[in-house]
Amino acid sequence: MGDYPSSTLLMCKQSIRKQNQESMIIINNLHAKIDGKSILNGINLTVKPGELHVIMGPNGAGKSTFANVLSGKPGYEITEGSVQYLGKDLLAMSPEVRACEGLFLSFQYPIAIPGVNNMYFLKAAMNAIRKYRGDSELDAMDFLKVIREKLKEVNLDDSFIKRPVNEGFSGGEKKRNEILQMIVLQPTLSILDETDSGLDIDALRTVAEGINNFRNSDRSFILITHYQRMLDYLKPDFIHILLDGKIVKSGDKSLALDLEERGYSWVKDQSSQLPKA
Amino acid sequence: MTDNLKIIERITQQEYKFGFVTDIEQDTFPPGLDEDVIRRLSQIKQEPDWLLLWRLKAYRHWKSLTEPDWAKVMYSPIDYQSISYYSAPKKKKELESLDEVDPELLDTYNKLGIPLEEQKLLSGVAVDAIFDSVSVATTFKDELAKAGIIFCSFSEAVRVHPELIKKYLGSVVPITDNYFAALNSAVFSDGSFCYIPKGVRSPMELSTYFRINASNTGQFERTLIVADEGSYVSYLEGCTAPMRDENQLHAAVVELVALDDAEIKYSTVQNWYPGDKEGKGGIYNFVTKRGACRGINSKISWTQVETGSAITWKYPSVLLQGDHSIGEFYSVALTNNYQQADTGTKMIHIGNDTKSTIISKGISAGKGQQTYRGAVKVMKNAARARNYSQCDSILIGDKCGAHTFPYIDVRNPSAQVEHEATTSSIGEDQLFYCNQRGISAENAVSMIVNGFCKDVFNELPMEFAVEAQKLMEVSLEGSVG
Repeated sequence: MGDYPSSTLLMCKQSIRKQNQESMIIINNLHAKIDGKSILNGINLTVKPGELHVIMGPNGAGKSTFANVLSGKPGYEITEGSVQYLGKDLLAMSPEVRACEGLFLSFQYPIAIPGVNNMYFLKAAMNAIRKYRGDSELDAMDFLKVIREKLKEVNLDDSFIKRPVNEGFSGGEKKRNEILQMIVLQPTLSILDETDSGLDIDALRTVAEGINNFRNSDRSFILITHYQRMLDYLKPDFIHILLDGKIVKSGDKSLALDLEERGYSWVKDQSSQLPKA
Repeated sequence: MTDNLKIIERITQQEYKFGFVTDIEQDTFPPGLDEDVIRRLSQIKQEPDWLLLWRLKAYRHWKSLTEPDWAKVMYSPIDYQSISYYSAPKKKKELESLDEVDPELLDTYNKLGIPLEEQKLLSGVAVDAIFDSVSVATTFKDELAKAGIIFCSFSEAVRVHPELIKKYLGSVVPITDNYFAALNSAVFSDGSFCYIPKGVRSPMELSTYFRINASNTGQFERTLIVADEGSYVSYLEGCTAPMRDENQLHAAVVELVALDDAEIKYSTVQNWYPGDKEGKGGIYNFVTKRGACRGINSKISWTQVETGSAITWKYPSVLLQGDHSIGEFYSVALTNNYQQADTGTKMIHIGNDTKSTIISKGISAGKGQQTYRGAVKVMKNAARARNYSQCDSILIGDKCGAHTFPYIDVRNPSAQVEHEATTSSIGEDQLFYCNQRGISAENAVSMIVNGFCKDVFNELPMEFAVEAQKLMEVSLEGSVG
């Protein structure tokens, strides 16, 4: 059955879902605290299937917290708001269930796991997700076939999967590894937290191509970035500016260009003139 | 406490599977130790006079010593007079074959997964089964004898092969070596003996399975393995004990001798009862293990997986006497709950062109405390000695500890000695990273720990590597953090 034995089935499920509900994720008035400090102060965001949303914002605006809260990282306290993901209450799910439901986070700082090779790790991840979905687990041979093909897409050679997860990887290799994991695990919603930072021009292009090839009308993306440069390769549908834990301005791709030119102070001035909600 | 921490806790709180007690009639000495006890013991075992004198000499020396306190372990003082020094299942008559072994005992070993009936042994492993103070059965003896290999209980060896025992007993670990070795020399009750003749490769794995059953009894056994020129043997020992509230002492001595071109591979999967969650009960495992690479090109390799015992005090060592001899030490030690381990090795380079490798992996969870203590010594006349040591520790949770004490003493300028050490923790970050990829915390911990131990597990005979991996999972159950 093509790519993976059940991918067609999965696509069917996804298109049924698409008919059933318009939006992939609906984030409503999300508030979150860490160590008693408010970081997210009422985020509203709706992402539809196939869309790519970009979150930009100055340091400390709450971008990574937003990604962490959506993926269920422990340590955050959700004080208000709700998140509906594929019609389900996302915040009630454990991190691994969110992953199995198709939510993927590309880490800003991927974590090393010494002694565990990349292949073993990815196979364990893939099979955990397949098991959750009621699919049969892939054996080593089948998995090898899948991963070899995907390695090419992100311009990595076979030896890469035999190395321990993220151990001794360069910054660029870590980010490419995140994208490799994404295209292997085939999530429905990918949150990419500063996947472009620390990449040279060539690696940036490879990563962007990996994302572009992976995009289709069923998959959505939330991309967190500081810079406009990655957006030259991707076609974002919306740009949102996050400031003090709130989205203060949304627009199309031109907003990113404006921002590049004028800096965040321009947005800050504008938002301070807005009436308090 | 976060969810992950709770899961870690659950993973490390797994029940000890081997904690049952065998209800069997036993002959047990009343507690206490003096010269009369040693005389009685020697008499029961029908030992020759020289051995009794050897024991008494060891006992007198032991009395002059004080218990060592340099190890980084804490326990209340052991009352050596409250321990019984001999306990054996009551014999109905002399055993002629395995068919005559008390069914209760056969059943015990079956429950432990060590069937003693030869036809049930699939993997071709010969077993000497030690129950408290005595060997109750040795399998495949006849088949091994065809290859000229002697594999029997220590008591039998004293009777049947006195010349070999006299020649090698105490030749690697002398009675004066240390406090626990002196005690063992005085009161050892049984153990395994193995001799591999010249040029013979043992056709099967040999193993000793130690079981403590009686309460208030110490187990003091002795293992002696001699590999003659050009021979090879792979040896495995396993151990378990019932769950009891009191601490029990296990003070063993293992001596290995490898002559020219001989190789001994000695693997241990130690799973003594570790005590309960509150740290009550458990075995005190104070063991002296040492091998002598006496011949040129000889090799001794220790592999240990230590998951049990309340306290572990052991340093399997190699004396590299022969030129071009090789010593290896591969260790995984896990301490959970209130377990304490002070373990490591000694590599003493004496001959020329000797090589040693030390790979030590320590895992601490719960309130476990773990110490790696290792000595690498290069003597003045040992030219071109090489050593590589790597000591890694991993911490699970924030209430455990890992400590490393390497002692390096090099007296010859041509030596090359390397030491690497790392300490890491299974962080919330690692767990979350795995969770975010769909992997549950339990699976993540076992994956991380197995990855960490891989270099050592690779050294174990295959069937035991699988066993060890499972054992780690069980021992860790209840520990994620």
